[in-house]
Amino acid sequence: MNCELAVTTIHGYFDGELDAVRSAEFERHLEHCPQCQAALEGIESLRMQLQQSNFYEHASPELREKVRKQIAQETGKDRVTAGLSWKRWLLVPTFGTLAAAAALITIMLFVLPSHKQSMLAAELVDAHVRSLQPGHLFDVQSTDQHTVKPWFDGKIDFIPPVTDYAAQGFPLVGGRLDVIDGHNVAALVYARRKHFINVFVWPYRERETIAETSGSLQGYNWVSWQSGDMQICLVSDAALSDLSELRNLIRQ
Amino acid sequence: MLDPQDRIRFEQLVLPHLDSAANLARWMLRNRADSDDVVQEAMLRAYRFFGQFRGGDARAWLLQIVRNTCYTWLQKNRPSELMTEFDEEVHQRPSANPETLATRANERQRLMSALESLSSRFREVLVLRELEGCSYKEIGEITGMPIGTVMSTLSRARERLRQTLTGAAGASGTAAKEVS
Repeated sequence: MNCELAVTTIHGYFDGELDAVRSAEFERHLEHCPQCQAALEGIESLRMQLQQSNFYEHASPELREKVRKQIAQETGKDRVTAGLSWKRWLLVPTFGTLAAAAALITIMLFVLPSHKQSMLAAELVDAHVRSLQPGHLFDVQSTDQHTVKPWFDGKIDFIPPVTDYAAQGFPLVGGRLDVIDGHNVAALVYARRKHFINVFVWPYRERETIAETSGSLQGYNWVSWQSGDMQICLVSDAALSDLSELRNLIRQ
Repeated sequence: MLDPQDRIRFEQLVLPHLDSAANLARWMLRNRADSDDVVQEAMLRAYRFFGQFRGGDARAWLLQIVRNTCYTWLQKNRPSELMTEFDEEVHQRPSANPETLATRANERQRLMSALESLSSRFREVLVLRELEGCSYKEIGEITGMPIGTVMSTLSRARERLRQTLTGAAGASGTAAKEVS
C-alpha cells in the first residue's frame, strides 16, 4: 500500500470499517510511514475536539412537545398526556423485546399503588428532561468518581454509589443535586454513546416504593430498583437494553 | 392513516430518535429555529410514511427523511447555499477565514465556525459519524452513498475541517486543490 491509497484508507481504519485483510495491510504500511502515523494522530485529535465540544444538539422539550401534539392531531386523538401514555403499557405489549417489560409493569400496576408510582415516574422523566437544558446537566462535571463522590459530601445525608463504567461503555460524566417529590436526590450522569443517562439515587422511604420496574414515558425509558436502603432510578432516551445493562453494572 | 398499533410502534421505534433528528437538522441548517420547524415536518412525514417502514434500522430510516426534508427546505429557502456547494468544497466561505477564526478566543466557537463553514455534503457526514456515531453502512443508508464514497467523503471532510482549523487552506492554495 502506498500513501496515496492510505490517505482514504486511513479513515476506514480509524473508524474500524476495514475488513481484517485491509486492516492488516494498512497496519503494515503504517509501521513504516511517519506521515500516516501523524495523520492518524491528527484524525484522532479532531475527534477528541469534536466530542469534547459537546456539539450534540438534543431536541428541546418544546420541540418534543410540538412533535407529540402534531402526531396526536394527525391521529385525530388528542389524548397524549403523560398519564395516558403510561397506561397504554397496560393495553398493548406489542412486540417481543418489550413484551416482558410491559407484562412486568402490568403486574406491578395491579399490585402496587399505581397512581403514586406513575406520578413518581413522570417526575423523574421531567427531571431528566430539565437536566438536558443547557447548563443544567451537572453541578460537578468530572469523569473521575473520586471527584464526583466527595462532591456530594455535606450536600445530602446519604452517600450515593459512584463508579465510572467507561470501560463498559458507560463513562461517568458528572453529577448534580436534584429535587424529586420535595426531597433532595443525587443525580449521577452517565453517557451512553450520544445519550445521557440520569441515575437518580435517594434513600428508600417505605411508602413510595417502586420496586424493580421499568417503563417508557413520553419517549423516555426508565428502570428502577432498590438496593439496600437506596432507591435507584435510571432515566434516559437510550434503549431499554442499555439501561438494563447499566443497572446490572451498578448492582454488581 | 396509521392504526393504533402502528402508532404505538412509531412511538416506540421512531420517536426515541428525535434527538438524532434534531441534531442532524440543526447542523444541516446551522440554526435552531429553522431546524426545529424542519424536524417537525420530517417527523410528520415519517409518521405518514411509517406504513412503508419495513423494519431494520429505524434511526437510519428517520434520518434519511430528516436529511431529505432539510435539502428540500434549503432548496426552497436558501438555494444559493446549495448552488455554491461544489465551489465551497474547494474554496472556504469568507466567514471562516483563518484570521477571523484566530481572533475568536473560544476554542469551541472556533471549531463550531469551522464545522459550519463546510459544505453541507461534508458537514452531514462529519455530524453523522462524529456526533451521531453512525457506521459507514448507516451513513450510506441515510445519504444514499455507496460505502466507498462514504469513506472518501469523510476523508475529504476531515481534511477540510483540519485545514480550516489550522489555516492551511488559507495559507496555500495548493493544499485545497489536493483534496478536491
